[in-house]
Amino acid sequence: MSRAAVSHYPTSWRRPPQIITGRRWRIGIQLGILAYLILAGSSVEVDWQRVMEGLERGQRFAMGFLQPDFASRWGDISRGLIESLTMTLTSTVIGVLISVPIGIGAARNLAPRSVYLVCRAIIAVSRALQEIIIAIFFVAMFGFGPFAGFLTLSLATIGFLAKLLADDIEEIEPGQADAIRATGASWWQLINYAIQPQVMPRLIGLSLYRLDINFRESAVIGIVGAGGIGGTLNTAIDRYEYDSAGAILLVIIAIVMVAEYASGYVRKFVQ
Amino acid sequence: MSQSSNQKAIWRHRTSRQRLMLWFGWLGLVALFVWCWQLMNRETMWFFVLDAPRQAADIGGRMWPPRWEYLPELLIPLWDTINIATIGTIGGVLMAVPIAFLAARNTTPSTRFLRPVALFIIVTSRSINALIWALLLVAIIGPGILAGMVAIALRSIGFVGKLLYEAIEETDPLQVEAVAATGAGRAQVLNYGIVPQIMPAFWGISVFRWDINIRESTILGLVGAGGIGLKLQGSLNTLAWGQVSVILLLILGTVVVSEWISARMRHAII
Repeated sequence: MSRAAVSHYPTSWRRPPQIITGRRWRIGIQLGILAYLILAGSSVEVDWQRVMEGLERGQRFAMGFLQPDFASRWGDISRGLIESLTMTLTSTVIGVLISVPIGIGAARNLAPRSVYLVCRAIIAVSRALQEIIIAIFFVAMFGFGPFAGFLTLSLATIGFLAKLLADDIEEIEPGQADAIRATGASWWQLINYAIQPQVMPRLIGLSLYRLDINFRESAVIGIVGAGGIGGTLNTAIDRYEYDSAGAILLVIIAIVMVAEYASGYVRKFVQ
Repeated sequence: MSQSSNQKAIWRHRTSRQRLMLWFGWLGLVALFVWCWQLMNRETMWFFVLDAPRQAADIGGRMWPPRWEYLPELLIPLWDTINIATIGTIGGVLMAVPIAFLAARNTTPSTRFLRPVALFIIVTSRSINALIWALLLVAIIGPGILAGMVAIALRSIGFVGKLLYEAIEETDPLQVEAVAATGAGRAQVLNYGIVPQIMPAFWGISVFRWDINIRESTILGLVGAGGIGLKLQGSLNTLAWGQVSVILLLILGTVVVSEWISARMRHAII
C-alpha cells in the first residue's frame, strides 16, 4: 500500500441530516423559520421598566417559596385543599363510572355502528374544550363553588378515559374473545370474561393517572370560581402575599409527588 | 369418588384472603366517596343546581346567533396566541434538553446530586399548570405576551424533559459502546452515539407539546397573559355572549387545525 492511497481516505466525517435530506428544502425551511421568529419576536412588546419593577417582586416571590408561610392563612389553605381533594376524588369516581359504558360503546369491535358514532361524538365534544372554558360555563350555570368544579372535572375525565379505554378495547387479543364467543356466551358474558380481564389493569392505571391530573386541574379551575385551592392561590397572589402563595404551591407539588409514588405502588399491587 | 371431588375444585384467580382484602378495598373506596361527596356539597345551594337547565337555555339563547362581525378583531389576538405557543415551545424545549440529559441515568454526570435536582425541576414544572405559571409571571413581569411565552416555556420543561429522559434511558447501549470504542470523548459519544437515536422521539415530543401548548395558550389571557383569552375575558365580563360563541368557535377551529398539523408532522417523522 502506498501512502498516497491512504491519504485519500477522508479524515473527518459529517453526520448526514436526518429529517429533511433535500438541501434546497432544508435551507428554504430554515429561512422560513428564521423569518417567522423575527416576525413573531417583533410583535412582543416588553415594558422594561415594568420588568425591572417586577424583578424585585419576583425576588420576593422566590424568597416566599424558600420561606413559605403555612401558618397565617392556614384556614383558607386547608379549606381550599379539602375542596380540591374531595372534588378530585368524587369527579374521578363518577367520571370513570360514566366513561366505562361510553368507552365500550366507542369500541368499533363491540358496538353497532350507530352506538359507536354517538359515543365517539360525546368523546370528541368533551375533549375539544379546555377545562377552564367548561368551568366558566358551569360556574355561570350552577353558581360558584366546588359543585361546578366537580362537573367540569367529571366531563373532562369522560373524554380522556373513554377515548383511551375504547382504543385499548379495539386493540385486545381477538383470540380470547373468539374463544369465549365459541362457548355460546352472550354479549354480557363476552364483556365479563373476554374483555374485562384484558383491559382491567390498564383501566385502573389510567384512573389513577386521571386522579393525578384531576388534582392538578382542580388547582386551576378555582381561578374562574369553580372551587378548590386555585381560588386561594389567586387571592394570595392578588394580595401580594407571596409567602402564602409559595406555601400553596409547595403543598400542590408535594401532593402530586405523593400521588405519583402511590399510584405506582397501587398499580404494581393490582397487576 | 376422587374424580367427583376433583370436579368440584374451581379455579380461582386469587386466594380467599386476597379477595377479602380486595372487597374491603372497594368498600373503603365507596365509603370514602360518600364521605367526600357530603363534605364537598355541604355548602352547595341545590336551588341553583336545579335552576341550571333554565340558565343553560338562557345562555344558549344569547350565544346564538354568533356575532360574526367580531371576527376581524380576533385575528391579531389569534396571531399572538400562536406566537405564545410556538415561541413558548421553543424556549421550553431549549431548557428541557440539558435537564433531560442530567436526569437520564445513563448520561447524568452524577446520580447522587444532579439527577434528583433535575427530577425535582421536572416534577415542579409538571405539577403547576400553565395558568398558574401565567398568574405568577403576570404579577412579576407584567401583563402581555411575554408573560404567556415564559409561562408556556416553563410549563413545557416538565413534559418534554420527562419524555425525553425516558427516551434517552431507552437508547441502545451497544451503539454508544461502539462510538466509545473508537476513542471518542464524552461530547462525541453524546453527539454520535445518543443524539441520533433520540432524534425522532425529540421531534415527536416537541410537536406534540406544541399542539398541547396551542390549547393552553388560548386561555392564558384570562389572567392577563395576552392572546385570544384576553378577548374571551372581555366578552365574558360584558356578557357579550354572541362574541363568546365566535371566540369559542375560532378556538375550536385552531385546535383542530393544530392537531391535524401535529399528526401529519409526527407521521412524517416517525
